[in-house]
Amino acid sequence: MSGDPRLERIAKGNVLALCATGTWTASFAPALERMVADAEKLAGSRQSIFIDVSEVSKLDTFGAWLIERLRRSLTQGSAEAQIAGLSANYSSLVDEVRRVKATPVVETGAVTITGMLEQIGRGVAGLTGTVTALVDMLGAVLAASGRVLIRPRSFRLTSTVHHLEQVCWRAVPIILLITFLIGCIIAQQGIFHFRRFGADIFVVDMLGVLVLREIGVLLVAIMVAGRSGSAYTAELGSMKMREEIDALRTMGFDPIEVLVLPRMLALVLALPILAFLGAMAALYGGGLVAWLYGGVDPEAFLLRLRDAISIDHFIVGIVKAPVMAAVIGIVACVEGLAVQGSAESLGQHTTSSVVKGIFFVIVMDGVFAIFFASIGI
Amino acid sequence: MMAQEIQDKIQDPIIRVRDITVQFGSTRVLDGLNLDVKRGEILGFVGPSGAGKSVLTRTIIGLVPKVAGRIEVFGVDLDASGGAQRRGLERRWGVLFQQGALFSSLTVRQNIQFPVREYLNVSQRLMDEITMAKLAMVGLKPEVAERFPSELSGGMIKRVALARALALDPELVFLDEPTSGLDPIGAGDFDELVRTLQRTLGLTVFMVTHDLDSLYTACDRIAVLGNGKIIAAGSIADMQASQHPWLRLYFHGKRARAVMS
Repeated sequence: MSGDPRLERIAKGNVLALCATGTWTASFAPALERMVADAEKLAGSRQSIFIDVSEVSKLDTFGAWLIERLRRSLTQGSAEAQIAGLSANYSSLVDEVRRVKATPVVETGAVTITGMLEQIGRGVAGLTGTVTALVDMLGAVLAASGRVLIRPRSFRLTSTVHHLEQVCWRAVPIILLITFLIGCIIAQQGIFHFRRFGADIFVVDMLGVLVLREIGVLLVAIMVAGRSGSAYTAELGSMKMREEIDALRTMGFDPIEVLVLPRMLALVLALPILAFLGAMAALYGGGLVAWLYGGVDPEAFLLRLRDAISIDHFIVGIVKAPVMAAVIGIVACVEGLAVQGSAESLGQHTTSSVVKGIFFVIVMDGVFAIFFASIGI
Repeated sequence: MMAQEIQDKIQDPIIRVRDITVQFGSTRVLDGLNLDVKRGEILGFVGPSGAGKSVLTRTIIGLVPKVAGRIEVFGVDLDASGGAQRRGLERRWGVLFQQGALFSSLTVRQNIQFPVREYLNVSQRLMDEITMAKLAMVGLKPEVAERFPSELSGGMIKRVALARALALDPELVFLDEPTSGLDPIGAGDFDELVRTLQRTLGLTVFMVTHDLDSLYTACDRIAVLGNGKIIAAGSIADMQASQHPWLRLYFHGKRARAVMS
């Protein structure tokens, strides 16, 4: 019953008759398309053209469309190609296909220099939009905090505690592990290079100052941006996609107050705690390496550390943490609320949440460095 | 029993479900269910909310594992088939999910072309033309092709999802509540559309529905699910004549009377 499809020319002279046989279905589409393309060249200037389909054993949309395509291309000028021998059960399918207008498909523009320049221009122009959105979100968060201060009952404690658990408590193991390892590496590298000019003990100074002022908080902030900033963006983004945020708004809730504020607050509380724990783990790791690898025993290490650092170093580090947390939180929430309907958009915004978050954290760190240098701490 | 067996052979059911049991934890959703879907018919599948209609659909498609039983589609035991044979089977059916399940990062045109591109080695020109043909079949304008799913209305999403389900010209389509969320006129059009497609393409349709209008106008046969089993199967007249309490409520309730009159 089923056989390979064929299209044969069965008459010559002034009449062109093509006889289609076999299975004209999707599975044979490539072969069918070739046959139809070959047959299209036969039109010539003949007046009567018939396409006999009585021998077609099976027909689907692909086959029906290709027969229709052949009919259209053979119909030129006064000559009209006709389909003959159509069985009753396929006639409605062919009728359906006949109504389809062959509209040329819009070609997507090729890559051009002007197109690339346009993209760059749009990117640069978009930068102001990014900054405006961040400032806008900062304002909205501050306004929402003001409202919460006036009406403390509208504060969402449960939600805040939940997020605190997610971004602080659950982050502790990984933060401790990473900062411990970084502390070890700094100490090892310091000892390795300082030993050449007999300055082993100064590794303690380097470790103390570096960890407390810079590395501790910076590393933790970058990890939090990657871990919690992306989570915030994905959460808010998928809520946006499913119209949950619109639902909140129609019930008279402010999404900033309900969703953003608890997240921001959790982050602002979490980052100093994590930065402190991270700094301690790094110092511990550094001390361990100094003892085992550099031969600086713990007592000497602690004595040296006490001389090398002051409370100022610690404060300089820890003061940066809440500010960095706020920056990460604002970037993550702005990106989350900017997600459009598609999965791709969610991915893009999550990526840019992390990238922008880390970028702004480092920029803030630079600003702080200049500030502390000029006030002389 | 003998007569039944002979009839089975003559009718050659496209889906044959035997003693299917599906369990989630300790809750038994389907309990020794039997069902046949005949070639070329539109089967309406009804039952109370939460009875397991979607579960049965998903079990047949292979998305939900079953504890016991046997499912044959196109005469092939799904458990015994694997690899290429299984993919060959999947090519022959199309699924319309309840929420459409369109790929949100692809345009309508790309959505419809996705299965074609994966399974068939055809030219871009033919794919574009077939896409336009499918869009016309489901009653959408060609302009819709370049839109993204987020830019479509609920009814349009269902139509595009149907076009995608039909992209490879399947012999069997599963429709999970195709008319839910559509306005009555849109739902009526959709029923009409399913009818037309069944006629033109010779489809077999397995339709989970709650829409009484669909049952009256589109379906050839109705199967009713209750307590994890098929409690009745037959024409709409059989359903109305049934004495089963749930069926009486369903087909003689206020809404049913309104539809019938």
